[in-house]
Amino acid sequence: MKNIIALLTIFATALFGGEKILIDGSTTVGPIAKAYAEYYMAKYPEVNITVSESGSGNGAKSLINNTCDIADMSRPMKDKEFKVASEKGIQPCPHVVALDGLPILVHPSNPVKGLTIKQLRNIYLGKISSWKELGGPDVAIVRISRDTNSGTYETFNKLVMKKQKISKKTEYVGSNGAVRQRVQTTRGAIGYAGLGFADRTTKTLEINGISPNLETVQSGIYPISRPLFMYTDKYPKLGSHLYRFMNLYLTKDGQEIVEEIGFVPMTGYDLD
Amino acid sequence: MAILKIKHNMIKENDIFLSKYTALKNNIGGVLINGILFLVASLSTIAIIFIFYFVAKDAIPFFRMEGFWEFFTSTNWYPSAESPEFGALSLFTGTFLVTLGAAIIAVPLGIVASVCLSDILPFHLRQIVKPIIEVLAAIPSVAYGFFALVILAPLLQERGSEIIIALLWCYGIPVLFLLSTVIGEICNNFLKRMNFKIYTAVFKTLLFFLGTFVFYKLTQILVTVNISSGTNALNVSLILGIMALPTIVSVSEDALQSTGRDLREGSYALGATRAETIVKVIIPAAMSGIFAAVILGIMRAVGETMVVWMASGNAAKIPTPFFNYLQPVRTLTATIAGDMGEADHVTGSSRFHVLFAMALSLLVFSFIMNLITEIIVKKRKK
Repeated sequence: MKNIIALLTIFATALFGGEKILIDGSTTVGPIAKAYAEYYMAKYPEVNITVSESGSGNGAKSLINNTCDIADMSRPMKDKEFKVASEKGIQPCPHVVALDGLPILVHPSNPVKGLTIKQLRNIYLGKISSWKELGGPDVAIVRISRDTNSGTYETFNKLVMKKQKISKKTEYVGSNGAVRQRVQTTRGAIGYAGLGFADRTTKTLEINGISPNLETVQSGIYPISRPLFMYTDKYPKLGSHLYRFMNLYLTKDGQEIVEEIGFVPMTGYDLD
Repeated sequence: MAILKIKHNMIKENDIFLSKYTALKNNIGGVLINGILFLVASLSTIAIIFIFYFVAKDAIPFFRMEGFWEFFTSTNWYPSAESPEFGALSLFTGTFLVTLGAAIIAVPLGIVASVCLSDILPFHLRQIVKPIIEVLAAIPSVAYGFFALVILAPLLQERGSEIIIALLWCYGIPVLFLLSTVIGEICNNFLKRMNFKIYTAVFKTLLFFLGTFVFYKLTQILVTVNISSGTNALNVSLILGIMALPTIVSVSEDALQSTGRDLREGSYALGATRAETIVKVIIPAAMSGIFAAVILGIMRAVGETMVVWMASGNAAKIPTPFFNYLQPVRTLTATIAGDMGEADHVTGSSRFHVLFAMALSLLVFSFIMNLITEIIVKKRKK
């Protein structure tokens, strides 16, 4: 499939004679890459940008095999991947294009205001099984998680669970939208999703007394936040299209795009 | 007409035996067509052999790496953990529970509906009802899944006990009636032999009221039931039951129809009532077809993926107690579908091969089911 896309792009460039940028990787970062590609291609019609979403691991693999120019990743590269890359003469260079926080969602009727990260972990470990133990009504907790495919799951697993095994009672759903759907209709539910999915149909809990928003995620106070990466081979040549594309996230328009999609832009707020 | 006459004359003029060339030509044509037909007919068989081969090819490395014991006996399903565990027992029980639930709902309902369609409803009504039931088969499974997730799950959470009680009574009363009749009949023969003179009707009524009392007690217990999560085994069983219904109704109705008019008329001529004809003549005659319909319906429920992935909750654990349909379950099909993307880019690991091991288990299961059907159908025919 990737080959076909690559071939098609080559044909397209051969036909139109423009420059091409191939992007592959995370499904979480994918929307940013797509929005940027649209924006950039509208500005520079001679550039052709292809975005495919095949997961962070595949993005790294593509970059190492030199089949893409930019690898989207919702997690940093692993040591193993760096090792293979340097063996193949590739120097992965990280660009953090946006930040993301995972809001913890519960049913709007739930009176519980916040949890500590330890309580949250104990819920997903199965040690706490009723909202009564957390000062809520006597309702059984329904744990909802993203499927193990997703980068969101990986982040949650790392930052909240500390890689301890999630309780067997946990229900798994296939998308951020489905998490929200289940939480807004289930009284005892608790779930996590991307920041863009926290709206008024669910209640977002404070974690360690902090609710997730632009400021708390950006300053790192909100405990379940993560950077979103794009990796290139070395730093792009100054002045090239790749360089200009990679620095879109520093521009005002680039930040607005990130914010529109529901992620947290890198700059534009006081960091102290 | 003229052409025909000319041809006729030509044939008359020819020898009655075909020339060697013509005979060969005709023969080659026949062999060729025979061969093509054979090939087409064996295509599906070849496909099945290939499916078996390729699934087994990728499943065997898993058993080589991890062995059989953990896969079939452990309930720890953590394939993506640091030290992965591949205990699929809870997935097997999940599939079993969901299929059993669907069968309990769809089989009696389907058979009764097919009898009703073939022997009870007047012709013009049947022409309307049967297509409507068959429309159920035309709804895409993702639509069923969406319904289960967005409408049925919240409904079960809010009005769970009412729904279960309504289901119990709607479903239970006819079943109770049938059961008490059958048990009454059986016991009547037995009691007659023992020289007890009890009126069968009174006995049956007593049984019926006893059953109703049990139901009443059950209702009192069920009122207190609270479903915390609507995406559970009951939800999926209900939906899968509805999905299996058109298959069962359609196939077994065909079987009932194909017993023929003469069988029914013969039965009436011997003085049997309509009920006796249906229960004692038509249904036994169509039994093998009905059985095939049931197996087909059950296989539909076993193989269904989308609905299960969306509405079963996908929690890889055996409910406590094991027959608790109000808890989420995870099935083999949903696991294969859900984990495929993740397993794909680490091709070669046991994380990838375990999915094939599950697919192979499903294949073997359906193969055995089909084999059993074949054997039973053959025995019945003898």
